[in-house]
Amino acid sequence: MRYVDEYRNKEIAQKILRQIKSISKKKINLMEVCGTHTMAIFRNGIKKMLPHNINLISGPGCPVCVTPISYIDEIIALSRGENFIITTFGDMIRVPGSTSTLEKEKTDGADIRIVYSTLDALKIAQDNSSKEVVFMGVGFETTSPTIASAVLKAQKERIENFSVLSVAKIIPPAMEALLGGEELNIDGFICPGHVSAIIGSQPYNFITAQHKVPCVICGFEPLDILQSIYMLVKQIEDGRAEVEIQYERAVKPEGNKIALDKINEVFKVIDSDWRGIGNIPLSGLEIKDKYRQFNARKFAVETEETKEPKGCRCGEVLRGVITPPECPLFRQVCSPENPQGACMVSTEGTCAAYYKYN
Amino acid sequence: MCLAIPGKIKKIFNDHTAEIEIGGIVKKASLDLIPQVAVGDYVLLHAGFAIQVIDQKKALEIFRAWEGKVD
Repeated sequence: MRYVDEYRNKEIAQKILRQIKSISKKKINLMEVCGTHTMAIFRNGIKKMLPHNINLISGPGCPVCVTPISYIDEIIALSRGENFIITTFGDMIRVPGSTSTLEKEKTDGADIRIVYSTLDALKIAQDNSSKEVVFMGVGFETTSPTIASAVLKAQKERIENFSVLSVAKIIPPAMEALLGGEELNIDGFICPGHVSAIIGSQPYNFITAQHKVPCVICGFEPLDILQSIYMLVKQIEDGRAEVEIQYERAVKPEGNKIALDKINEVFKVIDSDWRGIGNIPLSGLEIKDKYRQFNARKFAVETEETKEPKGCRCGEVLRGVITPPECPLFRQVCSPENPQGACMVSTEGTCAAYYKYN
Repeated sequence: MCLAIPGKIKKIFNDHTAEIEIGGIVKKASLDLIPQVAVGDYVLLHAGFAIQVIDQKKALEIFRAWEGKVD
């Protein structure tokens, strides 16, 4: 077992598909919340395999895409400071702010470095003790424990020139925000597998209990996705709404307690702005006052006035209300080479997925 | 961004790091988020951290459920 190829077995995929077709009667919308699922669904042509009555909608689960422009402006302002090194995951570097990107700033001389891990950013801080090293804290619950871990390590090892500009987000409140709107009718959620590896299955219980919308926590290979769709269809046809775990090999109901403890130690839960959705109560993570010295907001930079790109409909794409081809910029002026909005920049953005595979 | 890849633990070091093999390539990763693992375990690797252990029994259930199934 390598826990990858085995889950791409065509015969089993056909069996699951036949079962889906035989039990599925209702016309339904299923939302895949996570951007990694969006890419896997497109890459494997899953939309086209499903019967016409099952519609898959891409949700807001790409951290790059839901990061507000004002945050990009904030980090760009920091990068222009005399003594700063900005460290970031590669996905963020081309995201347009109001008038610039980190990539442009880098060309203009800012010290911006792409890292693979928060620990690489810590190492840069250790090696450059006369500089302030800021990490762009973008991500969902999969990533936030790795940020927390770096902050705790910085404190323990007294790496005082390391800090995080957090815009980390929590997924379940965003799912609830989408259910509250009247634009969209969601009959079931394909829940993010790796977020759930950390948070477990319990945080989704209110969705099934209060909103009666079934949730299945799903893995990332084709068989995982097909089986999750089968489990959702079965729940819907049976009239049930439960949280089920398809991705049992990686997700325990209680999640990863050590990772959760680290998140709770370092971060406090705050209201947070999601691009395209707006402010969602208790959906963001900010560094606690106790760890203030590792919070890059201590630098209090002034940022420019926020400007959204003209005509860009990323917001509606993120809420699942329109598909990318319905945006007038799509393929016309907006492409992966010349992205106007974050959904085209990110490799896991819905617009990038449509561009590449549709 | 929430991509995580399964890999096998080859070696564990005293500083809570490990060498993890992914499809023939060995990567160094932190075990800070799952300290209770052993050499030979499969873990999910995300951004330089092992974030969860793969349950090898549960991993087979999908095959048990569908392989014998006649439709």
